[in-house]
Amino acid sequence: MATRQSKLFNKHKLFERHTFVLLLGILVVVAIGGLIEIVPLFYLKNTIEKVAGMRPYTPLELAGQNIYIREGCNTCHSQMIRPLRDEVERYGHYSLAAESMYDHPFQWGSKRTGPDLARVGGKYSDDWHRDHLIDPRALVPESIMPPYAFLAGQALDMSTIQDQMRTLKFEGVPYTTPMIDAALDNAMAQAGGDYDVEALRKSYDAIAGREGTVPVRNFDGVDGAPTELDALIAYLQMLGTLVDFKTYEADDLSNRR
Amino acid sequence: MAAAFSRERIDVSTFAVGFLMLVVLILSFSGAANAADPAFRAHAFLFLIASAVGLAGLLGWHELSERQPRFDKTYYEEGIVKAGIVATMFWGIAGFLVGLIIALQLTFPNLFYFPELGWTNFGRLRPLHTSAVIFAFGGNALIATSFYVVQRTCRTRLAGGMWPWFVFWGYQLFIVIAATGYLMGVTQSKEYAEPEWYADIWLTIVWVSYLAVFVATILRRKEPHIYVANWFYLAFIVTIALLHVVNSLSIPISLAGSRSVSIFSGVQSALIQWWYGHNAVGFFLTAGFLGIMYYFIPKRVERPVWSYRLSIVHFWSLIFIYIWAGPHHLHYTALPQWAQTLGMTFSIMLWMPSWGGMINGLMTLSGAWDKLRTDPVVRMLVVSVAFYGMATFEGPVMSVREVNALSHYTDWGIGHVHSGALGWVGFVTFGAVYCMTQWVWKRDRLYSNTLVEWHFWIATIGIVLYITSMWVSGIMEGLMWRAYNQFGFLEYSFIETVSAKHISYIIRALGGGLYLTGALIMVYNLVRTARGDVPAAERRRLRAMPAIQPAE
Repeated sequence: MATRQSKLFNKHKLFERHTFVLLLGILVVVAIGGLIEIVPLFYLKNTIEKVAGMRPYTPLELAGQNIYIREGCNTCHSQMIRPLRDEVERYGHYSLAAESMYDHPFQWGSKRTGPDLARVGGKYSDDWHRDHLIDPRALVPESIMPPYAFLAGQALDMSTIQDQMRTLKFEGVPYTTPMIDAALDNAMAQAGGDYDVEALRKSYDAIAGREGTVPVRNFDGVDGAPTELDALIAYLQMLGTLVDFKTYEADDLSNRR
Repeated sequence: MAAAFSRERIDVSTFAVGFLMLVVLILSFSGAANAADPAFRAHAFLFLIASAVGLAGLLGWHELSERQPRFDKTYYEEGIVKAGIVATMFWGIAGFLVGLIIALQLTFPNLFYFPELGWTNFGRLRPLHTSAVIFAFGGNALIATSFYVVQRTCRTRLAGGMWPWFVFWGYQLFIVIAATGYLMGVTQSKEYAEPEWYADIWLTIVWVSYLAVFVATILRRKEPHIYVANWFYLAFIVTIALLHVVNSLSIPISLAGSRSVSIFSGVQSALIQWWYGHNAVGFFLTAGFLGIMYYFIPKRVERPVWSYRLSIVHFWSLIFIYIWAGPHHLHYTALPQWAQTLGMTFSIMLWMPSWGGMINGLMTLSGAWDKLRTDPVVRMLVVSVAFYGMATFEGPVMSVREVNALSHYTDWGIGHVHSGALGWVGFVTFGAVYCMTQWVWKRDRLYSNTLVEWHFWIATIGIVLYITSMWVSGIMEGLMWRAYNQFGFLEYSFIETVSAKHISYIIRALGGGLYLTGALIMVYNLVRTARGDVPAAERRRLRAMPAIQPAE
């Protein structure tokens, strides 16, 4: 027995004495787990549920998400409600895979220093968001959130949004060329400017498959060109509002994973 | 000058690095000229300045350096180890300091947030802290120790001539690009993989060079066997390359802009990110630092590694199992349950190879346990292995789905990470840096063992305060979130769970402050050691010793 074991361990010489055998051995051993876990997610059809109501972000919401990412909001706020009783009661229906399928990358987060935001859309008024972002402790005295007053003073830079939509379209997000062409007008319209609101609604509601998925108003309540605050509030106010849960059957076999 | 470029004086590796610098210079010049956004312009200028300084430095070195032959194979390359020690401690202090600042922000938001300075907000400083401690402090420690260890254990000079220096300075440039990017809001939002596409490409070039230097040095070895520490370093370098490249796949929205869009979305991007994220822990913060353990503990206590066979089993099982564990970061999420279950299963299995490594490290002290009492550096190394054991037991526990339901999203995760980071990664690095400073500056001893004692105890108390306060606040908030009152309603609003953590946050900041203090003491001790100073008390003792009299 002892000799058989030493023979086995003697074979390890092959790795210890040959650099490239060792290198290859490492590569093979570390590749296995990743391949088995990751690859099926791309072809198993039930990885993402079939739901009604999902649509890509409007240009204003996408700009808002860019600010959300830039400021690192994801370091303290998750966007992933787990199917646990207290979370569903606190935040709403548990999050579906479909709800983040247009997020490049996902914004699920890993820490709740602040509350989950997956369904914060429509939960507070625009005024509340504006005042809270400018000075969190004015509304919630015990809050430890940083102040974002500077967003109110910064004009929204939309100069690269069409490039971004084009790249997202290339990666599979269902934007159409007319949607990309109309991006700047659509953003002005959604922020309450004097632009063609119907065109905006029609193109995005069409993908969602239902009406009323695009809230249109002056989000920061201040007249003039849209600010970064407008965009961020527009993004927050649509989070988790798209999927039509009246038509979603959680217990259907196709939705069980 | 032109005559100086005689054929035998041109060093191929210096020429190649110089050519690469020239390419970077041209690309960054055109990037700065065409920049689509201010952050990209700033970074293009940073690349421009760095490559210009690099080129000038190379030229100056090549023409003015007297030493012949260049990169003399009969000597070890120790300059890069010295530079690595300085970089490790510099970034370490910076990273700990930012950590303390953000801990104070969460504790006293009215004092540490500045409404006019948006770039100092928690969301931008937090990735600065994590990247500074993991990649700048930890990364430099790994590069410095791996370059030190691979030369000694292969009994040969580092291969590649100028390339190791390219790896070192290229890595510092990556750190500066990443760090300034966070402050300007340039981020992909993926934890521990925040830098944007151009920083990712630059890191890939640097990292592949690192791999090439390391492999080429092993190929040149004068020992028949590759020493166990080098298996771990090699696994760390090659796996990090794989993880980094796959997780960073993204398409820039413009070649002159800082923003890119990840090619993965939603659930797939989540799993790939945590496959990356957990193995940044597994390979960067574990396998690499186990390489440190397998060289520095045996060397410092002058004992062989306890079990050769255990190191073989430990190595292969650790790297095989670690790679599966990522999905435990995504329990109860929209990730399919089969993937969560696989992640949990392998995370629990991971406990065994982790403790195998711990046992092999600790038992290496067999026959030299007295050194725990006499050498505070040994104590630091051994306590780091003990913290490794503790964190790798806590990890599998937290990966169990039912435990994770409580611990996920809470401060418990922060506490867990810091018991590994401060206890294991920090202490094993401190131990190795104390050793290397003494060895590469050729000193008989450290400037002061008493100061090492102070460092050890202050930092240990800091860690204990940190992790216990985070256990308390994490488990408390987890329980408060799910607490129901007698009427069947949720007992606490979210903000009540935030204010309940205030005392824990004060204790946490205190712990972080102590840890930083310990590191500052260390820096002082290292500087005095490198200068060859002897403490006053020691000088007095030496002077008081009777001089040796010649025999009549």
